[in-house]
Amino acid sequence: MSQVRVAIVGGSGYTAGELLRLLLFHPQVEIAQVASSSHAGQYVHSLHPNLRKLCGLRLCHYDDLSTCDVIFLCMPHGTAMQAIERYRNLAPVVIDLSADFRLRSPDLYLRWYGKEHPQPELLAQAVYGLPELHRQELREAALISGTGCMATAAILGLAPLYRAGLVDQGLPLVVDAKVGSSAAGATPGPGSHHPDRSGAVRSFQPTGHRHSAELIQELGALAGVGGSWRQTLAFSATAVELVRGVLVTAQVFLNTDLDEKVIWRLYREAYREEPFIRLVKERSGVYRYPEPKILAGSNYCDIGFELDTDQRRLVVMAALDNLVKGAAGNAVQALNCRFGWDETLGLTFPGLHPI
Amino acid sequence: MSKLVALCPECEAEIDLQNRLVGEIVYCPDCNAELEVTNLEQPAVALAPRVEEDWGE
Repeated sequence: MSQVRVAIVGGSGYTAGELLRLLLFHPQVEIAQVASSSHAGQYVHSLHPNLRKLCGLRLCHYDDLSTCDVIFLCMPHGTAMQAIERYRNLAPVVIDLSADFRLRSPDLYLRWYGKEHPQPELLAQAVYGLPELHRQELREAALISGTGCMATAAILGLAPLYRAGLVDQGLPLVVDAKVGSSAAGATPGPGSHHPDRSGAVRSFQPTGHRHSAELIQELGALAGVGGSWRQTLAFSATAVELVRGVLVTAQVFLNTDLDEKVIWRLYREAYREEPFIRLVKERSGVYRYPEPKILAGSNYCDIGFELDTDQRRLVVMAALDNLVKGAAGNAVQALNCRFGWDETLGLTFPGLHPI
Repeated sequence: MSKLVALCPECEAEIDLQNRLVGEIVYCPDCNAELEVTNLEQPAVALAPRVEEDWGE
């Protein structure tokens, strides 16, 4: 089979840089064009210096994009939806890493994004690009959405419990997410100024975070409640002293008495065949639970748990690299699903230790 | 030939006891529990005693 020709739009950002890093070593992909509205004409490696001597491409303007097989959209939230038809006319498969097409319901979008979606009919067509949950749909998808980095960790961590119907939905689901600075994107602002950002443990969104909507959509579907989610979801996000990484700590109450062996069995069954999900729960050692530090650059999502039997409270920890399994790597995995390739193509980097 | 496999008492992972001896210490591949081989006729392991780690609690 000839190589699939890919274009990347929004080429100056971090997720585009990660896509390039991964796709340059993908045996089935040829990177045809990289477009940028603000850096047209510059070499890719001038913006992504780790790619020097690996990529000789120069960024083109959006207007100079040609037809290709797949377009990845790496633009700021709210941008892709404004010109989505143009990109869909350029390529039969569009993968949008922004939040524009993550939600299926226009009502859910309105509630969490505070405005009407301009292409509500496309929301129903787009596939939430999480292969672990939507593998079959991805194989036929023409429009694939990226997934929120913190949402990805939380959903993967909690999915087996909701699918098995073990969650007491009359009690709150509490999700605390800690995230590194690269999740804020490549555009600097006052909050990312080094003297203020360095050393921060900053509660930047204790309530109202939009990734909550992805949890409601995906966990609600697994629980069989669809759009009728009633469980209290308390999601909070904290910026911590990492460049890359997400650690989600979710507290959920079970609806029956279980011991940890049952939880082990449940997670083992759910993820035994998943190439990028690892269970991390060790009795001793330093890395007893998921730790984003050793996942930097990899497409893994590590998941662990501990049960407080007295309260039926299960604490689920999930860690990933926000730019890889939380964005570009997950998008490449979705691409692999879409074309029926081995899902690990381009994604075999195991991370570093020590780092 | 039947497999010589015990279940980890901590997480129920399969522990391969091929070429092991009773009393030998083995480790669970999933939860890293330190386990003592207690029986090879009816394959079994038990959690080995351990020194608690101090995590500054």
